[in-house]
Amino acid sequence: MSYNPWVWFAAFLTLCTFSFLWRDNPFYKFAEHLFVGVSVGYTISILYHNSFMPRVWEPIVTNHQYYVLLPTLLGLLAFAIFFKKISWLIRYPIAFIMGSTCGISIPRSFEGYIFKHTQSTITAISPGLPPFLLISNIIMVIGVITTLLYFYFSLEHKGVMGKVANVGIWYIMLAFGASFGYTVMARVSLLIGRLQFLLHDWLGVIK
Amino acid sequence: MKRQIPLIIAFICGIGMIIQFFIPHPVSQKTYEEVLHWQIIVGIFMMIIAVRSLCVVHIDKIRRKKEGWGYSFITLFALAFTAFVGIAFGMGEEFLISDLYQYIMVPMQSTMFSLLAFYMASAAYRAFKARTAQATLLLVVALVVMFGRVPVGERLVPWLPRVIEWILMYPNMAAQRGILLGVGLGMIATSLKIILGIERGYLGGG
Amino acid sequence: MNIWEKMMDIDRRWIYLLVGICVLIPLIRPVGLPTFTTPYTQALFDYIDKIPPDGPAILISFDFDPATAPELLPMAQAILRHCFFKDINVLCLGLYPTYIGMIDMALSNVKDDYEAKSGEDFVFLPYVPGVTAVMLSIGEDIKRTFGRDYYGVPLDSLPMMRHIRNYDDIALVLSISGTQLPREWAVLVGTTYHVRVGVGTTAVSAAEFYTFLQTGQFVGMLGGLKGAAEYENLIHAKGYTKKDTRKVASMGMDAQSFVHMLMIVLIVIGNIAYFNIRKKKAR
Repeated sequence: MSYNPWVWFAAFLTLCTFSFLWRDNPFYKFAEHLFVGVSVGYTISILYHNSFMPRVWEPIVTNHQYYVLLPTLLGLLAFAIFFKKISWLIRYPIAFIMGSTCGISIPRSFEGYIFKHTQSTITAISPGLPPFLLISNIIMVIGVITTLLYFYFSLEHKGVMGKVANVGIWYIMLAFGASFGYTVMARVSLLIGRLQFLLHDWLGVIK
Repeated sequence: MKRQIPLIIAFICGIGMIIQFFIPHPVSQKTYEEVLHWQIIVGIFMMIIAVRSLCVVHIDKIRRKKEGWGYSFITLFALAFTAFVGIAFGMGEEFLISDLYQYIMVPMQSTMFSLLAFYMASAAYRAFKARTAQATLLLVVALVVMFGRVPVGERLVPWLPRVIEWILMYPNMAAQRGILLGVGLGMIATSLKIILGIERGYLGGG
Repeated sequence: MNIWEKMMDIDRRWIYLLVGICVLIPLIRPVGLPTFTTPYTQALFDYIDKIPPDGPAILISFDFDPATAPELLPMAQAILRHCFFKDINVLCLGLYPTYIGMIDMALSNVKDDYEAKSGEDFVFLPYVPGVTAVMLSIGEDIKRTFGRDYYGVPLDSLPMMRHIRNYDDIALVLSISGTQLPREWAVLVGTTYHVRVGVGTTAVSAAEFYTFLQTGQFVGMLGGLKGAAEYENLIHAKGYTKKDTRKVASMGMDAQSFVHMLMIVLIVIGNIAYFNIRKKKAR
């Protein structure tokens, strides 16, 4: 059994959270609110030490790199939100971030999402492939096209289009089934992690 | 001033960065570097604003004595204490802030998410039904993946892992790719709408 | 009310209890069944294994917080062990403030086993806001992006950073994440800087990343606790770990088997009950 008081406190908080399985209760609420406060406090500390001091304060005050003042002033406009009359000034830094991020991502998204995946789909069917791989790739290509057509709503899903879209649904259902199977694994892993903590780190009953 | 200038800023920055992508000139490269640097610094201040929102919610709760307002004291005290400990004493594994992270944040957050294992089991028992042919396919694939992705399944049916790999790599991947292409096109369309000033939701009201 | 209706009306807490028991028993009395190694885990292992000692570095992006730590922390630790044993330089990055603590935990659990030193064998990069800006900025100049390491030491003064300027000096970016960030790494960074990207992800996201494996945008993938267990076994088999190293993920796989079987039984019973009730109503 652990002699570290921190481990005991962590075990107490773990049990407080598990108590929610029975019903909502003050122990759970206490733990939940404590968690929110600590995580934001932690974020503030990281921001201060890792970002604000080395990226803003030191360059301007210690190193006299005054060009940092420009983005700093733009960033400071965010504080306008504290004053009702000039709160709209926060839109300037937001517009800068949104505009530049969108501009940066558009050509890269075309290349990384659209071109790359379209190319890999088209080139998957090529002569000379072993028969099993070729059939598998044909199944894959049919799946990509029918799934895309299922999400195409400018044409009514009737007749041929309806049948093609229906094939798309089968593929989607299969994918959701696979995702569900994996999701179970993910959630159970988290529970295993917590029980390992209780049994190993706290109680010391397992290796 | 209130709406037009932000829209112009978004337009110039957006179009500028798109053009920059196609120009491999040192000036273009330097501009790109500077924009990234500016984004990082502006981002610092935006994060501070995010922290402020949480404080406002809890202070308001206490002021109006809303239900459960007492718990807001815990949140605000924990926030102030952790921030003080982190700022005053420093960061790193030998400092108190590291213990607060490891023994409060980690157990709390991971336990909260681990509760989903229980809810999922209960929900699957009650609601995961083979109501239609398509739902049956979903259910069968889920059961096969659940069975074949753990050691006991791999041991009992040695060929099952390969079948699952095939399912994941071909039919599953096909549907995921169809969805991904849709998402990719949607992201590009939204980005263009922001740059062109059609989408203005991010500017807020007023 | 017949037996099937009664079974469907069971208090949910009985199911919770069954789940709890199915996790507890195998943890206390492990069976130790081996895990099949998936080709994408093997591919990632082989890729990292071929990186020459003190050659190009690996950038591990710890894109996760405590919510997914039980799945992803063992993964990160296994990869750190692999790198430290093979003298591969490691850059540790966190793109959100709460991700930073995960790096702290992983390093403190692993580094002493290999006597890995900050600045020589690994560099712990500090948190800098602006996710995509940071990802792309590393491609221009890593020292300008961060300035110092997490402990406040200027990057210029660290021996490991002498030959690392940007992605040209990085052999692999490994995003360990339960979010969509691996996708961003592949699309934004892989596309722009042509650096290879690998992924360690939660089981929830594993199925959707197969499309990036087929395009070659990911060199390999570790999926969920199983992926972590596979990697632990691979490094253990090669003798990269100490004898007394706890294989946290592998130890959890027995419990995983038990709960999966329980889930299958529950779903099958639920469906039998559903059809019986439907038949009764039809009558």
